[in-house]
Amino acid sequence: MQKVMMGNHALSWGALLSRAEVIAAYPITPQTEVVELLSNMCADGSLKAEFIKVESEHSAMAASMGASAAGARTFTATSAQGLALMHEVLHWATGARLPIVMGNINRAMAPPWTIWTEQTDSIAQRDTGWIQIYTSSIQEILDSVIQAYKVAEQIYIPAMIVLDSFVLSHTNENCEVPDQDKVDAYLPRFENAYKLDTEKPAAFGGLTGPDWYYELRYKIERDIQKALPLFEETGKEFEEMFGRYYGLIETYKLDDADVVLVTSASIASTARPVIDQMRSEGHKVGLIRIRVFRPFPSELLRKLLSGRKKVLVVDRNISFGMSGAFYAEVKAALYNVKGRPPMWGYIAGLGGRDVPMDVIKGMIEQTMKEDHPTQDIIWIGVKR
Amino acid sequence: MSEEIKWEKESDMPLMAMSLGRMTVNKTGSWRNLRPVIDKEKCNKCGICWKFCPDVSIEIDSEDYPVVILDFCKGCGICAVECPKDAIGMVKEA
Repeated sequence: MQKVMMGNHALSWGALLSRAEVIAAYPITPQTEVVELLSNMCADGSLKAEFIKVESEHSAMAASMGASAAGARTFTATSAQGLALMHEVLHWATGARLPIVMGNINRAMAPPWTIWTEQTDSIAQRDTGWIQIYTSSIQEILDSVIQAYKVAEQIYIPAMIVLDSFVLSHTNENCEVPDQDKVDAYLPRFENAYKLDTEKPAAFGGLTGPDWYYELRYKIERDIQKALPLFEETGKEFEEMFGRYYGLIETYKLDDADVVLVTSASIASTARPVIDQMRSEGHKVGLIRIRVFRPFPSELLRKLLSGRKKVLVVDRNISFGMSGAFYAEVKAALYNVKGRPPMWGYIAGLGGRDVPMDVIKGMIEQTMKEDHPTQDIIWIGVKR
Repeated sequence: MSEEIKWEKESDMPLMAMSLGRMTVNKTGSWRNLRPVIDKEKCNKCGICWKFCPDVSIEIDSEDYPVVILDFCKGCGICAVECPKDAIGMVKEA
C-alpha cells in the first residue's frame, strides 16, 4: 500500500506493523503526532496494544520498562527536554536489558525555548547504551522501527530512532507501507527469555557489588557490538523481502572520491545534489551518511576513509568544550590508522537553522582550499 | 529458602542483575546496629510488628508470638515504634 504520511506518523505506522503491545508516551512538540496516531490506532482497535497515559517522560520510560520486563513489545517516543528527563531511566533500560524501541525527534535543547531541529538532545544520551539510528527519509523512519525491533530483541539492547524535527517529523512523503503478513514473517513475536514470571519468581536489578557489576557492563558492550553485523544482516533480509536496504552507513559517489563529506540525517539528503553538482564541475567528492551512531561503525569507517586526501564532518550538534560529536568520533575511530586523512569539523544548522546546498558546498570548498585543519570547530554563518 | 548462587565467570550469569531465586539468598542481617528484642510479657500478639516490618523479617511462631529473623533484620526499629504495648526494645549490637 502506498500512503503519503509525515515522519511522525511513519513512527506510528512502524509501531503498528511491528505489533507493539504496549505504548507508554507523553506528548511533546514536535513528537505529538506520533502519540496522537498511536492512541487513535489503539482506540479504533487497529493496534491491539495497551496505551498507558503517563504524567511525564520519566514515567513514560519507567512504564515502558515495566511492560518490556513483562515480555511485551514496547514502543514510546519523545523529544529534547522529554528525552533529557528520561535520562536516568535510559540507563536503567539498558542495564535491565530491555529491548524497547523509541522514536526521538531531534529538537534543540532549551533555554531559550525552541522547537527546531538539532541533534544535541540525542547526542547527550549516547553513553546510555541505547542503539541510535539517525534517519533521513520518511520511508526509512517507518522501516527503521521494524528493523530496530529485530536487532534490539536479538541482543536485549534498547534502540532509539532519531529524526529531524519538522524537516522529517512534519514533512510528508510518499511511503510504501509493507504488508502486515510480510512484516510478521520478518519480525516474529518477541519471547523475552528473562521476563517477569510469577511461576519463576526472581528479583531484577538488585544490589550488585564490584565482584559482578563489571561483568554486567562487559556483557552490555559485547552485545551492543553485535548490532554492527546484525544491522547488515537484518538490512539484507529486509531488502530481500521489501526491496529496501538499510545498513550502518549510506555512501554516495564514494568509490574514487578524494574529498569525503561525512554527515547524518537530513543534511546528508541535501548533500547528495551538492556532490552531483561538484562532480559535474570536475571535483572528486563523495558522501558518507552515518546511519547507526551507536554502536559506532568504526571498523567500516576506517576501511572507507583511510587513504582519502581530505575528510570533512558536518555536525548539527555540539559537545560544548570540544567539538561536534560525529567529528570527534570519526577522528577517534581513525586515530590508529596509517594514512589517516586530515579532518575538518564544521558545526552547522544548530537550532534548526537551514543548511541549504550552497552552505554545504561552501564547507567542501573551504576544505579543498586549506592544507590542514587549524581548529576543532569551524562555525558556519555566525552573524558577527 | 533458596541456596546461594555461586558464579565463576560471566557466562554463568544472566544478562542483567537477576536473582536466580528469591531475595532470601541476600542476607542483610549484618547491616544491623540495633537489634529488636521482644518482651513476651508485654506482647499482646496483635501482629502489628509483623505487618509493618519492611523487610518481611518477622515471622509468627506456633504460639502466635512474633519472632525476628536476624539473618535479614536490618535493625530499622519500625517494629519497636509501631508496637502499641512497647513490647519491643532496640539493643545495641556488640
